[in-house]
Amino acid sequence: MNRREFLLAAAGAAAASTLSFSGRLFAAPANTPRFLLVFLRGGYDCNNLLVPYGSDFYYASRPTLAIAKPDANNPDSAVALDANWGLNPVVRDSLYPLWQKKQLAFIPFAGTNDLSRSHFETQDHIERGEPVGVSGNYRSGFLARLSGLLTGVPAIAFTDNLPLSFQGAARDIPNIALKADPKAHFNERQAAILAGMYKGTSLAQASADGLALPQSISKDLRDEMVAASRGAPSAHNFAAETRRIATLMRDQYRLGFVDVGGWDTHVNQGSTKGGLANNLKNLGEGLAAYADALGDAWNDTTVVVLSEFGRTFRENGDRGTDHGHGTVHWVLGGKIAGGQIAGEQMAVTQANLFQNRDYPILNDYRDVLGGMFARLWGLNASQLQTVFPQAKARDLRLV
Amino acid sequence: MPAAPIRRRSLALGLLLTCLPALACAGQSTPQRMPTSTVTAKVDGLSLSDIAWLRRDGFGLDNATLARYRQLGRTRFLDEQLAGGDDTLPPQVAAQIRAFPVVNTPLPELWADFRERQKQYKDTPAGPAKDTAKKALAQYRRGLEQQAAQAELLHAIYGGDQLKEQLVWFWLNHFSVYANKGPVRVFAADYEENVIRPRALGKFKDLVMATLKSPAMLVFLDNVHNVKDKTNENYARELMELHMLGVDSGYTQADVQQLMRVLTGAGIVPPRLAAREGRFARIPPGVVREGLFQFNSRQHDYGDKSFLGQTIKGSGYAEIEQAVDLITQQPACAHFVSQQLAEYFIADKPAPALVDAMAQTFQRTDGDIAQVMRTMLLSKEAAAVGGHKFKDPTRFLVSAMRLTYDGQPIPNAVPLVNWLRQMGEPLYGRITPDGWPLDSASWTGSGQLSKRFDFARVIGSGRNRLFADDSGANAANDPPPGAPDLQGSTLYRDAIAPRLSDATRDALAKAKSPMEWNTFLLSSPDFNYR
Repeated sequence: MNRREFLLAAAGAAAASTLSFSGRLFAAPANTPRFLLVFLRGGYDCNNLLVPYGSDFYYASRPTLAIAKPDANNPDSAVALDANWGLNPVVRDSLYPLWQKKQLAFIPFAGTNDLSRSHFETQDHIERGEPVGVSGNYRSGFLARLSGLLTGVPAIAFTDNLPLSFQGAARDIPNIALKADPKAHFNERQAAILAGMYKGTSLAQASADGLALPQSISKDLRDEMVAASRGAPSAHNFAAETRRIATLMRDQYRLGFVDVGGWDTHVNQGSTKGGLANNLKNLGEGLAAYADALGDAWNDTTVVVLSEFGRTFRENGDRGTDHGHGTVHWVLGGKIAGGQIAGEQMAVTQANLFQNRDYPILNDYRDVLGGMFARLWGLNASQLQTVFPQAKARDLRLV
Repeated sequence: MPAAPIRRRSLALGLLLTCLPALACAGQSTPQRMPTSTVTAKVDGLSLSDIAWLRRDGFGLDNATLARYRQLGRTRFLDEQLAGGDDTLPPQVAAQIRAFPVVNTPLPELWADFRERQKQYKDTPAGPAKDTAKKALAQYRRGLEQQAAQAELLHAIYGGDQLKEQLVWFWLNHFSVYANKGPVRVFAADYEENVIRPRALGKFKDLVMATLKSPAMLVFLDNVHNVKDKTNENYARELMELHMLGVDSGYTQADVQQLMRVLTGAGIVPPRLAAREGRFARIPPGVVREGLFQFNSRQHDYGDKSFLGQTIKGSGYAEIEQAVDLITQQPACAHFVSQQLAEYFIADKPAPALVDAMAQTFQRTDGDIAQVMRTMLLSKEAAAVGGHKFKDPTRFLVSAMRLTYDGQPIPNAVPLVNWLRQMGEPLYGRITPDGWPLDSASWTGSGQLSKRFDFARVIGSGRNRLFADDSGANAANDPPPGAPDLQGSTLYRDAIAPRLSDATRDALAKAKSPMEWNTFLLSSPDFNYR
């Protein structure tokens, strides 16, 4: 599809605000790109998701954590993707089918050059999207800046609090956690009075959105969740959440953010069983459910999964891993050029480790996402500089 | 669309921020995006500035606080609080807290019980019995965390020394622990009651040492796993980055690793020994035990360390105190702690001069928290009218409870714990060790505001379970009939009505019932900004 078409179409559409106070949400234009960023907070251990099974050094470095080389007789062995890389078998039923349909790609040696090895600093750094060493606007996220450049691309965060990625936008970007069904508690008169108190303050838009969104969403979810909930996922898993997210991303929003925590596995992380495996399984099932629930809209969808950093390549003394550097980012979508390991790569050997400790970074996330955004939304060079200052956008031709 | 709107926004934001504190705006035009107030004369001896000060000094106003303040005046009132001895609670609330097993059971016993229950569950063969056991275990685990959170919230709402109460929360958040990691939930109540609370107004380095030796922190940040030849740098890093110095203060990765070596062997007493604590205690030389803390000399790296430009001779436990002293003496430490305190109590971007003054006090007094607080609370910024700091959910909840129930005990505090969780700031629920954010912007998204209005209604309507027991029936204590009468309260008359904005007055005038009136007041910008 011509990804620039919608810009023209959208330019004519009245989309000043996605929300009208009294009415329902406006629908976003049909057949335009949908983008969801999934942020794994805590630094997930990429080496036990995308297993470099061709590397002897991997097996030498992880005596208790390594995942066995692909072996048809061993259900706990890696699922081969190509001659070098395999998947943790816990995502065999969820992610591997997407890989086979070429709807999933991985970008190893990815991340940011921030070297603090601090979760918080690196997460903030990634969400701000500014180059290392530049402290510009501390409260401006790259998705907020992207959103400011686009028309007809309503944005939303599926989180309890507005993430830094979406902070600092000219308009309020709504946030609503969908771990459970949202409910509306005020009638229209009460909502109008409440919003009236904040009129003319810096929270005017946020309070109006906050009052309107549950009213609108709870109705939509009531109508549509019935259809979407086949397979009846338990309320606690990520799949239940992504199915709700899909309902909104299908009809009303085009730019979304959700985060998943619990990846900081310093101790007893396990390999194909244990804490990390459970998290990966949950994540994989959530993403597969998202693809399923979107239906045809999956074909216009790009999902990027990233994390602030990778972990130490070698396991530590506690059968866990410590804060590292390079990681593996994922790209998913119905029409992406999947089924490949993308981006710059190098052999997984001790000599190639960064600081003899972690994956190096060959694919700066700002360059890669910049290239992707340019293709998705036809952004020009100066617009890309707004989103990612000083980045050298690189098109991996995944979308 | 060009990037112009972003720039405009930044400019407006910058303008707003440079206008902090509000007094500095005198003579300029009022920030346009804040509610406008009809300022009326001072009421009953309290000026608007007194009220603004009290709303920063404590979580929120109640009549007892106003009475004491009127009696003593600001400075004496403050000094009484800074003396810190007063954890006064209504007898009923004190009894309620004492009744929680997590508070009244000795820690070794509580921990042994926890391990025993985990083991019993593990040993239960698969089948229906295991499913039942799983539910029971989950309920028990939830109970531990919930009791700990209830104890802290009851203190926060009913504690007589509100400055200390805010500090207890602040330090719990500064030295944040996550209940859901390992046995941390077992240690959470002890962490609040016995580690943080007694030192909230003491010397900063004593507070650091106490958290360093607390089982909650040792487990949460993995120093229990940091032993010679099998090191773990997690705690060493966060001790400098989050607890003491801040991330860009000049220390290096090498410093982190040296501190990690200093900390090798600092862990907790093995369960077997913990169970017979006190009896047969024959402590080997070089080993230090204090409660569940144990410094195991055999697991310590006795080499010399080069840390922050100084040499720390390998000597065992004393190295740790030496390192903490050394960090505390860094100017960056004084500045970092002062900055965090000012951000929490005064403004998102506190005036640099205020932070500098606090940091000077910190350095002059060897990190005496009470003195740093005194510098802060006697500043002009602390009494500025028209604050721009939006309450975080904990402040909102505690202040709403103080206003609505004004000292009246509630028999059931479980709902408070759940509400806080739903508003996104649960106690002992921050998974990352950085604690909940201190700035307003983190709590003003549309989803947050929507939740805030919901809970304004839940509290203001009186339709909640604060007076119900576990079975759902109302407890014997007289529950308030329906919505509390906030409009008729002296607290409203004396401390809120004089400073209400026009928009909030209009909204209150439109209320059709006391329930609505309360909901609107608790939802208002006037109540939520300080």
